Parts: sequence; structure tokens; C-alpha cells
Amino acid sequence: MAKRERLSGNEAVAIALRQINPDVFPAFPITPSTEIPQYFSTFVANGQVDTEFIPVESEHSSMSAAMGAEAAGARSVTATSSCGMALMWEVLYVAASDRLPLALTLVNRTLTGPININCDHSDSMGARDSGWLQVYAENNQEAYDNMVMAYRIAEHKDVRLPIMVCQDGFITSHAVENIILEDDETVKNFVGEYEPEAYLLNEKQPMSLGPYAISDYCMEAKRAQAQAMHNAKQVILDVAKEYEAITGRHYGLFEEYRMEDAEYAVVIIGSAAGTAKDAVDALRSQGMKAGLIKLRVFRPFPGKELAEALKHVKRVAVMDRAESYSDQGGPLGAELMAAMYRNKNTADAINVLYGLGGRDVRVEHMEELYRQLERGDLPEGYSYMGLRE
Amino acid sequence: MQTDMSKLHPGITWREITEGTRICAGGTSREFNTGEWTTVKAYIDEEKCKQCLLCVPVCPDSAIAVKDGRRLPVDRDHCKGCGICVKNCPFDAISMKEEERENG
Amino acid sequence: MEKTVEIRWHGRGGQGAKTAALLLADVAFQTGKYVQGFPEYGPERMGAPITAYNRISEKPIRVHSNIYEPDYVVVVDESLLDTIDVTKGLSRDGAIVVNTTSPKEEILKKLHHYEGKIYVIDARKVSMETIGQYFPNTPMLAAIVKVGGLMEEHEFLREMEASFKHKFARKPEVIEGNMNALKLAMKEVH
Repeated sequence: MAKRERLSGNEAVAIALRQINPDVFPAFPITPSTEIPQYFSTFVANGQVDTEFIPVESEHSSMSAAMGAEAAGARSVTATSSCGMALMWEVLYVAASDRLPLALTLVNRTLTGPININCDHSDSMGARDSGWLQVYAENNQEAYDNMVMAYRIAEHKDVRLPIMVCQDGFITSHAVENIILEDDETVKNFVGEYEPEAYLLNEKQPMSLGPYAISDYCMEAKRAQAQAMHNAKQVILDVAKEYEAITGRHYGLFEEYRMEDAEYAVVIIGSAAGTAKDAVDALRSQGMKAGLIKLRVFRPFPGKELAEALKHVKRVAVMDRAESYSDQGGPLGAELMAAMYRNKNTADAINVLYGLGGRDVRVEHMEELYRQLERGDLPEGYSYMGLRE
Repeated sequence: MQTDMSKLHPGITWREITEGTRICAGGTSREFNTGEWTTVKAYIDEEKCKQCLLCVPVCPDSAIAVKDGRRLPVDRDHCKGCGICVKNCPFDAISMKEEERENG
Repeated sequence: MEKTVEIRWHGRGGQGAKTAALLLADVAFQTGKYVQGFPEYGPERMGAPITAYNRISEKPIRVHSNIYEPDYVVVVDESLLDTIDVTKGLSRDGAIVVNTTSPKEEILKKLHHYEGKIYVIDARKVSMETIGQYFPNTPMLAAIVKVGGLMEEHEFLREMEASFKHKFARKPEVIEGNMNALKLAMKEVH
């Protein structure tokens, strides 16, 4: 029986991990993700899990240890935020190219500087080309559900890539909200045992992992890795379907909210999507055909599907909670607009940067943005929401 | 996922290359002739050699094998010609020479 | 409860304002409500002013912003009245609850241009008399539940007792004091 609860996002993910019972969890603390290994270490101390918990000396080490354990044949996980992830950078690429399906529960926090502990997506967006799968959550429920689904996606034979399960620092990680937890047995059966095909501790089959690949092989290896990312799209949908059959909660690559006849749309990632939904409802009641797309999966990027979903809108605002310093706006803006162009979607699009370093996003901000779309008062290039001019 | 070693060649396509370029097989370095990397190789003067075996552990390429307590001739397919064995031999029994193609 | 009730807590780091907000979320959840309880995080440390928030609703809550137009404001530390505009955005139909030994009239003098309802409670007195130590968050929690009519009193007391039994499983002797603090606070707030 599923259970109604009230938990913070960090507690919810820690409980999902207790239910998954991974083999190895190396961790180094950093705000706001610290609570996840903190809660989990109490599960270890209480004997509620069989996990080998390894306190390490840095995030470079936590990712290296997680990767090493995964290569050895263990299901592994680690947690981090912001600069902690920046220190993992080198190893992120190695884990992905070695095709090791470990999980990273990332609590999004801005990258310094200025130094700040609050939410934006600059940490994970910076790692968008590292070859990791990336899923994002609007609230605690989604953070929990995404964690439960993570290994089924990552370990699938057509994928075998590491997965980053992201949630917004403080906004969901430290907020207590209602949530439905599946029971331990349901999660255990859904996730299943990890049975790697090739692993270093298999004495029957010696293996070299991560060998030097000269130019004759390196490009083919990268192309094969790109194919795994392509395959992930279908696997994510299949796993979501199976999860829905058990829980009744539906997940896709993105969620369309009141998009059926929408003329003015916003595309957004993470916790601000909930706030935007309230704005959509308010504007709909005033007669505006407003709609919202909440992107759940950023890697692989569902460009074609998004362009299709935006086919009939007049204007769209693509929201980025990360600066690219590209003089072109943010990463979601760049990728989605490229996808729209490729798919011959000619809706007017603007790219809006918002919520940097924890800048609060209010319903009123979102309403004003929709009105701006309706007026057609679109700035050239890109703009900022909630910024003091 | 046994790696088919015949596929590990520069003509391999991205569809065929192993996942993560893994090599799932043991002793595969034997198939890689690092002996091609040099023009000079170690030759052991059988008269001077006392079978002390001090050349064996210092060879970085394991090109001097031991059988029944005695070393075998230098494995020309894998000797890279570094000359460490020459420096290490207490009896000046090893020297570096251009490869003698006829008798190996 | 027709619309979502929004509450803003003002306290100082270490006084338990955040804990009180999380406890309120907890107890409202237990009575079948949809809840949010969250602190506003900064580099604050012990003694620094902190803000925490609650939303309580009959319907699922989707908004994830801070609260700017609260229905209720709870001030756990009176000294904050001198430095923080605690009634900012406070709904005219709402109320402010202040932990103080002063009468309402004195407090109102510090709340410039505030014309809404005000309630006061001496949380120190309540806490000392019942728990024997100064924990302002327990009386303030009871005070806001009473003032806001957030739930039935007996429901609140029943759920709090269950929560204390869980929380203080290893020192059950403190449960009675905490329960008395809640009951006394509900009488004392005025």
C-alpha cells in the first residue's frame, strides 16, 4: 500500500535510496544536498540497508569511488551540489564514456560566483555535455519518483549511461510537502537486482575498462555513446509507463499543461513550473489561452517532440535558470530554438533568464511574462525576469 | 560480452565497437606487437650468461620469460628496445643490436 | 478553509521558528490538509533574523515562491520588531501574533501604519511554567493554530501528542510539559 506522507525533497530521495538499497554510496557533504547522505547514513547505522557507505575526502573522490564500485559490478550512487559537482567534472565524463550506469542525486545550486548557496541550474547545465542522462523534478513527489525510476533507465541494455536526478536546492530539497511513498516491496520489485553483463570482479571474464583509444577508435566510441543517449528516450518512456501502471502517476519526457489550444506558452524546468501553473490557471480564467511545458528530461533532449508540442502556439518564452555567458541567453533557449528551427516551427520565441542564485519566482512574475507574450512585446535576443533594471 | 579480438582493428565501425571500448578478454597485450616500435633489440650472449635471471624482473614488457628455472631467449615481438636489461646485467652478457632478421 | 492559508514566521536562528513551521506543516498534514513548510535560507547563524513559511490548503499546493502577502505573521522574538518590517504585505483580514511581555498597545506603536488585528502571548512565561525551560516555538505554534483557526483544537492536541510521543520516545517525561505548554498557550494568547 502506498503511503501518504509529508517530507522534504531530500528526505524523499533518501527514502527512495533506502528502498533501492544500493551496494555502494560514497559521499562528501555540500549544501544543500548534505541531508541526503546524512539521512542515508542513519539507515546504514540502523541496519536498514546493506550499503557500503564511504565517507570520502572530496567530490572528485566520491565520483571516482562511485564509478570504481560500479565498474566492479556494484550498484552505486552519490550526491552533490554546485561546486561539489564542479570538482567531479573530470570523472563525470569518464563514468559516461565507460558506460557505467551509476546515479547522482543532484540538488541544484548555483556555481560560484558570487558565492551563494541557493538554487539555479548552472551546475547541472554546465555538465550537459558530459554524457549523463538528466531528469528534473517540480516537487518532492517527482524527485522521489525520478529516483525510483533512475536505475531502470540507466542500467537498461540499450542505454547503460549514468543518470543525474536533479531537484531544486532548498525550494524542494528543504521544503516539507505532501507526498505519496510506495511501499518498500513495490520499489524493490520495480527496481530489481543489478545484474551487470561485464564487470571487473567477474573472475570468469577478465576485462580491461577504459583503455586508451587512439584516433582510429575514439570517434567511433563517441558515436556509439551518442547512440545510447538516443536510445534512452524510448527507455525513459517505457519505464515511466511501467511505473504509471503501479503508481498511477504519469511521466513523460515533458509535461504539457493546458497546451491543447494554447497560443502563449512557457517552457520551464523544475520547481518554478508549479508556480507557472498557478499563473496559467489565473490567466485562463481571464480568457488568455496560456499553456505550459515543463521539461522533465533534458538529456537526451527531446527537441523534435518539443517543437511538435509548440507547433500551434503564437509565441513562446523559453526559460533558463542558468547563465551561459554566451551573449545568446541560456542553454535551454539555445537548444530549443535550434530544435524549433530544424523542425520548421516558426513561432516567435524569446529566451528568458530567471531565478539565478535563488531569486524567487512569483506567480505575478509569470503572469506578467505571459502578458508580455500576448502583447508581442518581445525583446531582441534574450531577457531577464525578476531582475532590477 | 566476450570481445571478439578480430574486431579490434582500425576499420571497425561505431556500430561494432565494444561498449565503452571495453576489452573483455585476458592476455590481450600478447597480440600487440610492441616489438615493432624499435630498430634495436636485446641480444644475450649465451657464453657470458650465468642464468642469474636478474634481467627478467626489470624488463617493462615481460619480454624475457622463464621456464623451468631458466630464462628463454628475448621475445622479439614484444622487446621495445629500452636497454634496461643491458644496464642491469652483472656479466655484460646483453647488448643492443639492430635486429637480425634471418635468425631472430 | 476555502483558500490557501499563508503564514510567515519571523524568529532568530536557534529559537526554533523553522522547526515550528515544520511542526505546523506536520500537524496540518495529520489532519488531512495539503501543506508546505519551508525556511528561507541564507548565510544566517545562531541569533540572526530568519524567516520561515507555511501554506495550508484543502487542495494540492503547486506554487513554490516565498510568501509576500501572508494571512498571518508570527513573531517569535520581539526584538525583531525594531529592525524588520514584520507586517509587510500582511492581509487586512489577517493577524499578527507577537511573543512579548508588553500589552498590545505598546507593540502597535512599533508597527507603523498597521491597522489589522494583533494578538500577544508571553511565550517565555508559558514555556517556563510548563516545560521549565525557554522554548518559544511550542507556545507560538499553539498560538497561531488558535488565532488562525487552522484546525480544531482537539484535533491539534491529539496530533501533537502523537508527534511528541514519537519525537520524545526516549524521554517521555517531557511530553506532559510540552502538552501543557500548548494548552496554556491557547488560553494565554489574546
